[in-house]
Amino acid sequence: MEDCLAKKMEITVSEAEKRTGRNAMNIQETYTAYLIETRAVESQSEGQCAPVDSLWRRYSEFELLRNYLLVTYPHIVVPPLPEKRADFVWHKLSADNMDPDFVERRRIGLENFLLRVASHPVLCQDKIFYSFLTQEGGWKEMVNETGFQLKADSRLKALNATFRVKNPDKRFTELKHYSDELQSVISHLLRVRARVADRLYGVYKVHGNYGRVFSEWSAIEKEMGDGLQSAGHHMDVYAASIDDILEEEEHYADQLKEYLFYAEALRAVCRKHELMQYDLEMAAQDLTSKKQQCEELATGTVRTFSLKGMTSKLFGQESPEQREAKIKVLEEQIQEGEEQLKSKNLEGRDFVKSAWADIERFKEQKNHDLKEALISYAVMQISMCKKGIQVWTNAKECFSKM
Amino acid sequence: MEAEGRAPGPPLPTPSLGGGGGAGTRADPPAGANGAVREPLLAAAGALALDDDEDDLEVFSKDTSLAEVNSFSPSVPMSPSSMTNQYKFEDERELRDLFITVDDPESHITAIETFITYRVVTKTSRGEFDSSEYEVRRRYQDFLWLKSKLEEAHPTLIIPPLPEKFIMKGMVERFSDEFIETRRKALHKFLNRIADHPTLTFNEDFKIFLTAQAWELSSHKKQGPGLLSRMGQTVRAVASSVRGVVKNRPEMFSEMNDYMEIFSQKINILDKIAHRIYKEEREYFNEMKEYGPIHTLWSASEEDIADSLKGVASCIDKCCKATEKRMAGLSENLLPILHEYVLYSEILMGVLKRRDQIQGELDAKVDALVSKRTEKDLFSEDIGKLEDKVECANNALKADWDRWKQNMQWDMRSAFTNVAENNLRYYEECLATWESFLASQTVDLHVEEDSEDRP
Repeated sequence: MEDCLAKKMEITVSEAEKRTGRNAMNIQETYTAYLIETRAVESQSEGQCAPVDSLWRRYSEFELLRNYLLVTYPHIVVPPLPEKRADFVWHKLSADNMDPDFVERRRIGLENFLLRVASHPVLCQDKIFYSFLTQEGGWKEMVNETGFQLKADSRLKALNATFRVKNPDKRFTELKHYSDELQSVISHLLRVRARVADRLYGVYKVHGNYGRVFSEWSAIEKEMGDGLQSAGHHMDVYAASIDDILEEEEHYADQLKEYLFYAEALRAVCRKHELMQYDLEMAAQDLTSKKQQCEELATGTVRTFSLKGMTSKLFGQESPEQREAKIKVLEEQIQEGEEQLKSKNLEGRDFVKSAWADIERFKEQKNHDLKEALISYAVMQISMCKKGIQVWTNAKECFSKM
Repeated sequence: MEAEGRAPGPPLPTPSLGGGGGAGTRADPPAGANGAVREPLLAAAGALALDDDEDDLEVFSKDTSLAEVNSFSPSVPMSPSSMTNQYKFEDERELRDLFITVDDPESHITAIETFITYRVVTKTSRGEFDSSEYEVRRRYQDFLWLKSKLEEAHPTLIIPPLPEKFIMKGMVERFSDEFIETRRKALHKFLNRIADHPTLTFNEDFKIFLTAQAWELSSHKKQGPGLLSRMGQTVRAVASSVRGVVKNRPEMFSEMNDYMEIFSQKINILDKIAHRIYKEEREYFNEMKEYGPIHTLWSASEEDIADSLKGVASCIDKCCKATEKRMAGLSENLLPILHEYVLYSEILMGVLKRRDQIQGELDAKVDALVSKRTEKDLFSEDIGKLEDKVECANNALKADWDRWKQNMQWDMRSAFTNVAENNLRYYEECLATWESFLASQTVDLHVEEDSEDRP
């Protein structure tokens, strides 16, 4: 395994702070800033801690970084950012970006993002990424100076390519279908999970009502009083226990969400391939038609219909000198075209090779992570059941003493 | 010995306190505020066969003349020492000699109306019944008739509640299967509660209800005080209740009244809470039904993690079924009991009012005597009768009240313990499911790790 940045450097997003400032349009806004702390990992130095460097970044800077990576490394499945706005909420969670729980989960998500990038064999070596972690001022300008925005493919172009490409690599077509299915099934799952959480919350909380009524009732009962009172207390405990349980489950949901967003990153790689392939096909088509034109001019036969051919028929043939000139131009173009085609072919093959290597790496990571997530979900359920058993065992004892 | 002398008239085959699980732990019966002992006792009416050492069980009164008019309480020879064992309903059933079931609802359609009849089967070893087994069909109206007859005959006894005529809330249709089944269970409970009641069980109308053929019952119904006189009674009752609190109401009954007011409040709230819990559990169940299959769907597009996903799907489905069982337990046990006691609280308030009414009659006569002076002898005879009536009513109510409280305690304990047990079972099932899934996953992990280690 190559030595990636994650092994040399400890990276944490340790704090989140509310800030107010003026934005580009001089309008006051509130935003959250996140503290990134880094520390070099000294090998074999006990008790000797390297100093911690830190700087503050806001979400939009993370976005800028990611967009830069997307454009600069189109063959890489770039790790996703945590969601911009709270989605898949169940009723208790606020959809407000300023909500402390949301901010906390986002902090964890951003840290996760940085760690993913830092442990990626290719991405971790990027200078812009390194500066993001270490250089407080002037980073934005540095990124913009790379001119990556210009290299970005237009959405329209990409869409066009998707529909018109004739011979994409089959594996990418399959991958695209997979990523569509993954996105669809995970969002469905998250939606239903949120509804289940909502209902579960309801069940637990209603039990809390028992506590108060039992207590009031116990006041008029002589023998049942104690049993009722203590049972009521356990019902309160039961009702309160759901808050922690569901908070833990949010972390599980976040793990799934990461892969929901990863699906988009997969699709981006597929789109890039389609674009390149389409480009290649267009170039080849162009070259073929130019060669044909050349041949026609040289031999004087018009095999295919062309407007030029028609007009020349109507308005008279060109002079031999004119024809010679045209042929020369075409021959130059054909030569250029052939070279371009060759390099595009090479580019395409390289892209496919390196993209597919990263996709394999991603697949392993995904399988490992998702399996762990499912296991952690089981662990959470087990813990919830155990708590339930404890509470109801206590309650049963109290009831039996009524 | 208490001055009030709790009437031993109605023997008390009351179920016990304490120990739901058959462990038979005895709860010490503390003396209550008014000194009434809460020991479950089968105090015999003419239980003259008392040993000397039983005098301190302040329950026996040797005066049996205060027994209820319509009932004959048989002596059930039981020694107090055997009574210290806690009886549960099941044990009590062994002492029963009257077994009633209500089942087989059937629809009847006539030109005028459609109605349901229920089959009422009675098995008995009692001498006063001509046969040992009876099977009749009764409709809801007949139950209403029985209840009103019992109330008439025993105005200060606690007559068990009947299921309501029509449930407005919730979209349960009048003749839906769910409604009919709920009603059938409640009717079954109603008759059995009467059968267990030491006084009501020997009521003549009750016997006729259980044994008479349809035409016999109709003709019997037509006898007796007509509708108008019954209405007259109701009117008087309403009129007298408007007068407010009876001024000479013994403290005991004021306490009962205060208790009932609060109890009624609390039981109504509990009923609402329990219904709400059921509703939330059902909504949860509905969402869970969709949750599991998504994982199965997902597994179709995966290879490596397909098994884990299918495992999770299966766990969720099992938990879903367990939730369904939990819900069913709630609707079979707690909800009907709470509802019954909601009705009971209304009945008890009514009984207390009726007692007040009877006392009111006495007070009115006494007041009249004080003001009139003449016809003193006649009045004092009337007053004597009324005084007896009041004392009778008070004693009957007191005894029945104690019995009711014991039953209530037992019912509540068993209902809530049952809820706890249902929840325990639910969580234990879910726990087992997830633990076995987890075990299967970690086995896989170990296998993977082993194979990676090999060079």
